[in-house]
Order: sequence, then structure tokens, then C-alpha cells
Amino acid sequence: MMPDKILKGKAFKFGDNISTDHIIPGKYAHLRSNLPELAKHVMEDADATFAEKVKKGDFIIAGKNFGLGSSREHAALVIKMAGVSAILAKSVARIFFRNAINQGLPVLICDTGKIDAGDKIEVNLTTGAVTDITNGSKLTSGKIPKVMLDILGEGGLVPYITKHRDFEL
Amino acid sequence: MGKTLSEKVLSEKSGTDARAGDIVIARVDLAFVQDTTGPLTIRQFKEIKHGSLANPKRTAIFLDHAIPSPNRELSNDHKFLRRFADDTGCLIFEGGSGICHQLVAEMFANPGDIIVGADSHTVTAGGLGAFATGMGSSDIAIAFALGKTWFRVPETIKISVSGRFQKRVGVKDLVLHLIGALGADGATYKALEFNGYTVANMTVSQRLTIANMAVEAGAKVGIFPSDNVTRRYLAAQGRGSKYRALRPDADADYERSIIINASELEPMIATPHTVDNVAPVNMLAGTKIDQVFIGTCTNGRLEDLAIAAAILKKKKRHPKVRLIIAPASQQVLTKAMRIGYIQVLAAAGAMILPPGCAACLGLHQGVLGDNEVCLSTANRNFKGRMGNPEASIYLASPATAAASALTGEITDPRKVS
Repeated sequence: MMPDKILKGKAFKFGDNISTDHIIPGKYAHLRSNLPELAKHVMEDADATFAEKVKKGDFIIAGKNFGLGSSREHAALVIKMAGVSAILAKSVARIFFRNAINQGLPVLICDTGKIDAGDKIEVNLTTGAVTDITNGSKLTSGKIPKVMLDILGEGGLVPYITKHRDFEL
Repeated sequence: MGKTLSEKVLSEKSGTDARAGDIVIARVDLAFVQDTTGPLTIRQFKEIKHGSLANPKRTAIFLDHAIPSPNRELSNDHKFLRRFADDTGCLIFEGGSGICHQLVAEMFANPGDIIVGADSHTVTAGGLGAFATGMGSSDIAIAFALGKTWFRVPETIKISVSGRFQKRVGVKDLVLHLIGALGADGATYKALEFNGYTVANMTVSQRLTIANMAVEAGAKVGIFPSDNVTRRYLAAQGRGSKYRALRPDADADYERSIIINASELEPMIATPHTVDNVAPVNMLAGTKIDQVFIGTCTNGRLEDLAIAAAILKKKKRHPKVRLIIAPASQQVLTKAMRIGYIQVLAAAGAMILPPGCAACLGLHQGVLGDNEVCLSTANRNFKGRMGNPEASIYLASPATAAASALTGEITDPRKVS
């Protein structure tokens, strides 16, 4: 059996309805073919200091409807480039959900109200268990469809199709 | 048990008995990108080394978001997209042709089609009975390569509309009311399916406006049955043979139903910074505005310009308000010029922009200053959407926008002559 995949990091907390314009606004469309420059603006309109503070492995902890709005996959991409290991949210908008999984960025749906900014978080990606190490609360996350788990398991849709050459349901 | 429109289309295109909750793989009739999502899509397409497109003539690139290009980076993205079209033989629509969703309606979308686009407002084509939905670049890259993608078959919320609209109240007010009632995530992962007397009497343009905004409640699609209105539109666009009758089964299973009486609606407005933050225009009346923007895939069609022109005819915009008009396509612009709407709007002091997305997404052509207020006919008012997180955006109908352009403040269109 494969060992459980464990992620550990710090919580960066956001509210409800964080749109793709908060994550990476349309005014930076001219940087979309220059991803390192684009990534400097990640979450800028929600927390202007996020890009400096976030460290590899940290988590975005969000409320309802994270990632609503545009289909720009750059939103998921710049979050991944910032080193974020997973997004935990009460709910996630449909297109963003697909985009995150397609970029190999895990999204877990759980009751994030129990997590405070700065808390140390541990996520078991295999079981979906979320632990707030700082306050001791344990959360369970909702099920992800198998097709999405398979894509996530290959590190995203492009690597999935590169390997399998087609969808395998 | 019968099927909803979404279940019918996904069953046919997947060759399965598709029911809400199932995961299916379905063929797509059109896959497209626009100029701000296209470059990433194409790099991903190249990365999988699949080689050729599954169907070049059903693969399209629209240059609409950044036209004419405001800077060298986007000009180089455009060059990259043109080169890909040259290399692969896919379709490309140059800057000035129009907004992708309007061109998809004018040239491609048919009842029962599946359309996927790297733009969230791909849902617009649901107004013609297509199962049309937005996806990101990876998904569209794979649809380019394989000609198919996976879908979770959505549960459906049935929206029944009866009654006649009051004068100067219309479908934009209806859809804002609906999003206010559902909430910005009230239909996430679900289909909205429209029916009823008022829907049967709507033009295709009006249906496209409603379908366009389905995504603002989180919906995967906003889909309409096809009927004689659809048939006549397709015939007028030169593809009458593509018409087919598509209706849900009488015993289809809906998650829930919402009933709206159009005659009870008044002009509505979405206030900053979410689309579900909806109030009657009257409650905001008197709010000072700096800019009015009439256009976009929501309200840049001929009927929208007709409404604005009727209100602005032989009048001038308020001296302190910038009025920006962007027709949704070249066809819309040409017809609006022939009828005289453009002349009326220009005489009223409007800036007429080329067919495209224009000021909607904060790239150019109407970026707001700090603490400025824009009243827009677009579909999104998120913080920062029009290029400045310190600005405010209100969303309303073309009638409310035109009336407010006259007075310099948010104005109920029923109160101007």
C-alpha cells in the first residue's frame, strides 16, 4: 500500500466569494505569457502582501464560493506557483475547481470556519482528513469524483493525458 | 423517468443514458478560446504532443478581449494565436469581428450542440438550446486534441417565467432578480433550465442575455428549449437546416422549481462587489456615476442598442458622465448603423468602440479611476474587475444605463421620457 500523502503548512485565511479578479485581475492579462511576472500579483486584490508572505506548503483557507468568475486557469496556476499545497474552502466555484485539479492543485471542501489565520494545518490527501494542529480541531472533507482524483494523481490533466492518451473512466 | 434538456443532450453526445450525477465523456461540437485564455491553452495542447486537432473546423480562436491591442505583450499573444491558426487550420476571428459568445450565437450554436470554451460566459449559447459551458485552458486543450471531454451531468433547477414585463423593464432585470434570489453560488454545478409563457415569447437576443448570466449564480449551463423563435433566428443567420426541436420531457426530474412573474418585476441593479447583491434601481436612485458602459456579451446586441438609442434620441449625455458603447459584433454594428442607432448614440455624446469586450474586464478602453463609479450593462462587478480595486461597478439593463447617462446618477428608466 502507498503511504498516505501528508501536507503541512500555515493557514492564509480569506472570506467568501473570492473571485478570479481577486486572485489575478484581468488588468494583468498582458503578463499571461510571462508567468513568473504574473505570479508576483497572486491574490493581490484580496491581500496585497500575500505573495511576499506565503511559503512553500502553505494553505489557502477560504469561505464559500472560492474562485468564482472567469475561466482563466491562470488563477489556479499562480496559486500553485506561489507554493500553496492545497486550497481548503467551504465551497468552490465550478470552473475553478476543474482548473485547480487540472493544475494538480488539491481542493478540499470542509468547514473552514474552525480554522484561524496563521494556524498550522495538516492535510492527509489520501483520507481527506484535515487537522488544525494549533487548535486541535479535526475536520473531514467532502468526496472528490474519481475522475478528478485520477487527474490529481497524475499531477494534472496535461500529464494525465500525456500518459494515458485518453480519458479512462 | 423523463429527462431534462441537459440530460437529453449529454445522453445523445455520450451514447449513454445520462442522468444527473453521472460522469460521462461526450463529443463536443465546438471548442474555442479567446485571446487571453488562448495562449496557455495552445501551450498545453503542444505539451501533450497529440499532433493535430480533432476537428479544425470546429476549433475556434476569437480575438476579442484585447482589441485593438493595448500593448506589445498582448500583440505578441495575438501573433502566437494567428500562427497556431495558420499551422493547424483552425478558425480564427480577427479583432473587430466581435465578442466570442456573440459570434458563437451568430455562426455556430445549434439546439442540442455541446459547446465548450475557455471563457466562463460560454454559457451564453444556452439561449439557442446548446449545452454550452466554460472551462479552463487544460480542459479546452484536451477538447482541441480529442474532440471530447468529461462532464458531470448536472442536476437542474427549473425556472418558469410568466407575465408581461412592464415598460422599460426587461430580461436583464429578470436575470438580476434571479441571481439575487439564487445567490452567487446558488446554482453551483447545476443547470438552469428556462420555460414558461414569457420565455416562449422572448427573442433569441433576450434568451442569450439570460443564459449569459447563468454562471453568475454558479451554474454550469443556462439552457432554453428550442422553438419557432430559435428556428427563425437560425434561418436568418443562414443555417435554418440546423434547427431541431428540443424540449425537456414532461416527467423530467428537477431538483427544484422557481416561478417568476415578469409583470411584478421592476428595474433591478447589482451593487458592488458581487452580482447577487441585487436591489431595485429605485433604492439606489440618485447615486452619482462617472461612467456608463453599454455593451458586452450580456447586453451589446442590436436590441440593447435600440433600447439605449430610444432613450438617448435627440438628447445629450450628462456633461460629467463618460458614455461608452461597444457593439457585440460586426453584424450588430453594421445593422445598428443601417438603422441609425449608432448615429443617435454618437450624437448623444457616446464614445463608440469597436466590437469586442472593451471596458468589461479592466484591460483597456474604460479603466476606472480611484473611487469612481461605473454603471455597466456587463455581467460582473467584482472588486477590481474594471482595472481598479478602488472603484465601484453597478450592473443594470441598457434602459437603466441609458437613463442614468442622461441624468449623471442612477436613474429608474421609467422616470425619463
